[in-house]
Amino acid sequence: MAAVLELLLQEEVAVSAVMRWLRHGPGHRPAEVTCGGLALVSLSLLQKDFVPFLLNFLREQTSQILTNGPSTPAKTPNSKAHGSQRTGSERRRRSSQKASLGIFLTATPEALPARRGRRKGSSSISASGRQVARDLGRSLAEEEDGKNDSVSWSGGRRKRSEVPLVSARSPPSQLNLNNLEEFPPMGAASGWTNKPSRRINPTPVSAERPLSKPKMCFTSTPVSQPPAARFSCGSSLEAFTAVQEGNLTSVISNSLQEEREMLKKERCKLLHQASSPAGISLDPGTPTKPSYTRSASLPAESHLVTCANPAKVSCKKQLECLAELYSSCIAENLVPNIFLELFFVLQLLTSKGTSTAEDGDSDLEASGRQHFRNVHNCVYFAVQVLDYQYEIISRLEKGTLKLLAENERIASFSPTLHERLRQAYESSTAKVSLLLPCSVQSVSFQPETDNRSNFPSDRAFHIFKKQRDIFYELLREWEDNHEKTGWDFERVLGNKIRSMMAHLSATCNHSHFARLFQKQLIQMCKGPIGGGASWGDTPDQDVLNMLGSDNLSRLKRLQERFIVPQSIRGPCPPPSFPGCQQFFRDFILSAGSYQFNQHLMDSLCLKILELNGLTLVEHEHSDGEADMDEQDEKKRFTVVLLSLRLLAKFLGFLVFLPYRTVEQPTRDLQDSAIVLRNQTLPVLDVLKLLRQSIRDQRSILTIPWIVEYLSLVDHIAPFLDYYRKVFCLLLLMVLSEDKEISFLNKLLILAVLGWLFQVESLVSFPSFSHQDSVPLVDQQLLYTCCPYLGELRKLLASFVAGSGAKNGGFIRKITPTAAESLAPKASVTQRKLQVELEQAFFHNQPPSLRRTVEFVAERVGSNCVKYIKATLVAELVQRAEVMLQDKVKEEDANQDKLLEEVCAHLYEEGAQALIKGREFCKKKGPEAVRVLLPEETSAAVLSSAEDIAVELATEKACGWLSANIAALIKREVKATFNRMLKVPGLPLPGEDALELRRDCPPGCQHCAPFPSQIINEIKVQTVSCLACPNSLCIFHGGAYFLHYGDKIQLFLCVFQFMCPTSEQQLAKCSVELASLLGKSVVINCLSLKSRLRVKKNPTYGLLKLLLSVWKEDFGTPVPVRLIFSKKNMGYLADVKQREWDLFLFMLRGLVEHGLMRTGEIESCLKSLQELPWPSDFLKELEMLSRVFVSEHRVEETRTSPCEMTRRSLGTVTAQS
Amino acid sequence: MKLSKAQYDEIAQFLGHVQPTRQSLRKLKEKFPSQSQSTLLSIFSQEYQKQIKRTHAKHHTAEAIETYYQRYLNGVMKNAAAPVLLELANEVDFAPSLMARIVLERFLQEKEQAIPSKTLINSMLRDPSQIPDGVLANQVYQCTVNDCCYGPLVDCIKHAIGHEHEVLLQEMLLEKNLSFIAVEGHIIHWIESKASFGDESSHQAYLQDQFWSYWNRFGPGLVIYWYGFIEELDCHRERGILLKDCFPTDIVTLRHSMAQH
Repeated sequence: MAAVLELLLQEEVAVSAVMRWLRHGPGHRPAEVTCGGLALVSLSLLQKDFVPFLLNFLREQTSQILTNGPSTPAKTPNSKAHGSQRTGSERRRRSSQKASLGIFLTATPEALPARRGRRKGSSSISASGRQVARDLGRSLAEEEDGKNDSVSWSGGRRKRSEVPLVSARSPPSQLNLNNLEEFPPMGAASGWTNKPSRRINPTPVSAERPLSKPKMCFTSTPVSQPPAARFSCGSSLEAFTAVQEGNLTSVISNSLQEEREMLKKERCKLLHQASSPAGISLDPGTPTKPSYTRSASLPAESHLVTCANPAKVSCKKQLECLAELYSSCIAENLVPNIFLELFFVLQLLTSKGTSTAEDGDSDLEASGRQHFRNVHNCVYFAVQVLDYQYEIISRLEKGTLKLLAENERIASFSPTLHERLRQAYESSTAKVSLLLPCSVQSVSFQPETDNRSNFPSDRAFHIFKKQRDIFYELLREWEDNHEKTGWDFERVLGNKIRSMMAHLSATCNHSHFARLFQKQLIQMCKGPIGGGASWGDTPDQDVLNMLGSDNLSRLKRLQERFIVPQSIRGPCPPPSFPGCQQFFRDFILSAGSYQFNQHLMDSLCLKILELNGLTLVEHEHSDGEADMDEQDEKKRFTVVLLSLRLLAKFLGFLVFLPYRTVEQPTRDLQDSAIVLRNQTLPVLDVLKLLRQSIRDQRSILTIPWIVEYLSLVDHIAPFLDYYRKVFCLLLLMVLSEDKEISFLNKLLILAVLGWLFQVESLVSFPSFSHQDSVPLVDQQLLYTCCPYLGELRKLLASFVAGSGAKNGGFIRKITPTAAESLAPKASVTQRKLQVELEQAFFHNQPPSLRRTVEFVAERVGSNCVKYIKATLVAELVQRAEVMLQDKVKEEDANQDKLLEEVCAHLYEEGAQALIKGREFCKKKGPEAVRVLLPEETSAAVLSSAEDIAVELATEKACGWLSANIAALIKREVKATFNRMLKVPGLPLPGEDALELRRDCPPGCQHCAPFPSQIINEIKVQTVSCLACPNSLCIFHGGAYFLHYGDKIQLFLCVFQFMCPTSEQQLAKCSVELASLLGKSVVINCLSLKSRLRVKKNPTYGLLKLLLSVWKEDFGTPVPVRLIFSKKNMGYLADVKQREWDLFLFMLRGLVEHGLMRTGEIESCLKSLQELPWPSDFLKELEMLSRVFVSEHRVEETRTSPCEMTRRSLGTVTAQS
Repeated sequence: MKLSKAQYDEIAQFLGHVQPTRQSLRKLKEKFPSQSQSTLLSIFSQEYQKQIKRTHAKHHTAEAIETYYQRYLNGVMKNAAAPVLLELANEVDFAPSLMARIVLERFLQEKEQAIPSKTLINSMLRDPSQIPDGVLANQVYQCTVNDCCYGPLVDCIKHAIGHEHEVLLQEMLLEKNLSFIAVEGHIIHWIESKASFGDESSHQAYLQDQFWSYWNRFGPGLVIYWYGFIEELDCHRERGILLKDCFPTDIVTLRHSMAQH
């Protein structure tokens, strides 16, 4: 391979020839190659390894210059035999982690066992680039693990068995460009150890990611510790030797430890020497711009930036050649991840260079291999490549474009490219807006799922409500505290969550809670950063209110600066749970509930299937006027896609959670696990969904979420038959021929798959293509889904910051294109012809018409049901109420039976619902359609649309009604009945009588005191009456009572303030007070020598007033029988000269006002006489009874027999 | 009326030193003339309730109950008409209604040889005429009408006040024809009317039992403490619980609903 490159660089072979060779396999060897007399048989075998070799070559060549940002991991998906010691050691360190896709994606089934059988030291013929790729893929994934935990890779025999493979495979005959011993890089005169710059790295901004360990296997980039920086040369060599001796583990951990120590020392040193020798300090120094002070990892040593000069570029030809070859590989999608390569190119563009590097080393130059020996060359190469990749970079978001357009180096190296970028920037609309963190919003209460009727019992319902409240309490607590130091999720919330789970288990409420959990998850996390609920131009309402929309964009930008980490983390971050997602992940982990997880998975699957199946409506390409629809569609697509990705990530998390291990299982364990797990069915059939999506050309929706799902696989899963197929299919898709794919759609899929496979290290990186032509992706979505693309911008920005260039400002717009139809609408009716007619009708109309009609039908149908409930059903329930009231009195019969009976009467009437419903739809449907359709809609279209809407609405409403009306009536009647039983005395709310009385008389001034004030005053007066029973304050009491009487009238005029309890209390109080008044008045009269007796006594007047108030004004039954209570009669008994006249007057009044019946009073008097009274009182009481009875006997004889029975009935009721 | 935490503390401290009587309330009003009467009354009542809660257990030990019952029996033996229970309650610093409940419970227990149901007790407290013993009925009645913070009568008054404010609020809303509103820049999905003063403990309890639950179900909302609240408690605005001491004036409605009127 080196030879091929050699030929190329020596201009013996053209780039196009190499590309042809690459594309066409062994049979099509470029003529030049053979003609050149180089009979490289092995070349044909190595074709597929060439691209990785090339990438590796570039990385190695530039490693000296590249000091900015993390190293690009895809360094060598396939470095093969040329792996230098360093690569080798990297691989060793990482190789314990996880099998990569490479294995089963490329290796034939037979290859697998062969590989497994490999042992230490056995040099393998089949050691193809694939194997290396796999190893490397793993190693890339492992970086982060290694960083956190050296133990994780220090065990496991498998790793040991594979390592020698690498070393043994280095054919000594080949030129090993990567071997730094053979080809020491420029400026490394005294060897590797002389490169503190490579070793010292930016400190990670957030080091803690406690739960993400296993998933790191999938990552590629060691974000903040480039592999090369991990080991000093010496230790690396040591390690290498040690490995050959089968002594890897200790050496590596030692060397790592050593390395860390050195790092520390080195940093310390640098801190003390503010101005270190030029070119050496690459530690994140003091940023030159204050805005970057937060980002510890930005190298911004502006004084060291070399001014790149086009005139100083050497070996231009070779560089051009390489740039062309490299660009062709990118263009042909032969690279694993184009964004990774772009990142690399930008790194070259922005490389700081060092003065030492600038000096050059003529010896090395003489070797002719060091094409990237200085900044000038690097920049030249980068600008060349960027020029080739203009199509892609011109689609990057505006901020990145701006930085590119303003880049001084581009301007000086290629004025043409500079100009093109300027134009691209100015016309760009791809402004990627940022992510506002929003405060928690709750999931609104949904009657159809959250009502009592959805729960088996009151208890279950209650517990769910309770758990719901607790859930939000936890969420608030988390929101408030999780960023505080020392706050630990498990410690603070763990037990609360588990107790929640226990409660849910007790009532089998998991499904309800899982639904809530999932809804809340979507609500909070579907935004870009995982916490931001708003994306695009939908600002947070609260913020909007606070600032007004004018200041919003400014705020957004400001906020972005604060929220978005500015440090460069490299373009391949591990899967993570940013922002609010963290809460949900930790919740799941702390809950540790099998039931909950299962229900949650069910819920997630259902939602994923629902969203994935959503149809994307067709756009009309009507002269660019269909903006609204298109925009809506795109918005909808974005929401759906983001939700899907979120849900899929959590589903993947849950599905693979039980299999998660910190370390790669041993081969034996792995084999048996594979056997076991091949038996089980996947929770969600992603393979089927993927196939469907490819068939239906909607993989743009499906792939991004499947990638999220797969990104969380455990160590074993990729080996399972099922997931192998999934990965193969993803790859196959990639291989298939490109048709019309929307450019940005392609970019998105490229980016997500690149991200996924970066990790898995595919062997060959075939032409990437995609069927989906619906341009639903825009930059916002692209960047939202792949936040790591923002790394490009950060890199450029850091360069600007470092070199002190000024930012300019322009604006450009990119308008993504329209989409094609994806969904024919499913029809409802069975009448085939009608349906066809209907379809034909809609076919020739704009889609908005159909949407309108369907919308109207849906709403009118729903309103129709509500209307029936509010009218017909309410009416029936009222009638039932009356029937029940009568019957309940009659017999204490079986309540259920009674209810059945009454309902049975009503069911027939319920049939009217259909007629009324139809009428309703017929009336409302056309109204709505007319309002919603454009004015100029033709009459014929309008009337058809109306008809269809009415038909659909009727179908919906009547379908529901006919199935449910009986149940509905029964439910409502039962509820009413229960209310009646609960509060027997109270008139039912909604009763007309009560409503009427709540209005004030005309001209009312509303000056009456509130009922509460009156009750309070009665209380006070009662107290004073009780407190001094023998004093003369009674007269005041009387006066008060008069006053009080007035008040009664007054407050009744503001009856609207009365609630049942205050009314009842007031009624009772007035009776109590009347009794007490009787007593007081008696005393009063005594004290006044009773001159004011009988009718001249104001007491009589008051009593009369009271009686009429009781009768006329109270809506609630006045408990007048309390007058006959022992306590109240006691007031009368206590007095020596009893006011029997007054008492009799009251009794008569009660009868006259219909407050009590004679019979009732008689029986009350009778039972009074059975109590132990003083004998004189008893005598008088008997006498009074006789008088009363005799008075009313006369009356009664005059009434009808019917009346008689009613009275006796009344008596019975009163006594019961 | 909004009170700062410091102002509130001053009042609460004053109340800590006085008996929960009408006289104390008058003194309170004299001491803090600038505060509204209803606010003071509300705080007064809340503080008294806190005190009762603190001492509740003390009065419910078996010994205490027995002592109270015996003192009651002795007292009414001497003079059945004297407010024996009421005086006893005042003497031991306990709410008269609660004292009545203790003695009534004890009485029924002895009579029925079983622990009486809560429903029965409540019903007898509401209507003492149901109490089988006339003397006790009278005693209980005296207690309930004389209690300023507890008992069925007070409960009813509280309930009535609460209801009245809800009606008032409803009237105001109807008058302005408000349905979808934002108050002071915050979207409001619900309004809770509290005819009391919002002090820390009651507000915490309400948050826990009501407001957060409302929030969980309906989203952000507004609480009106008609008798004022401690200003510092109004700290959940951003999250969606607004506190006011009156009907808000800064209201924004949904545009189209405004257009209709």
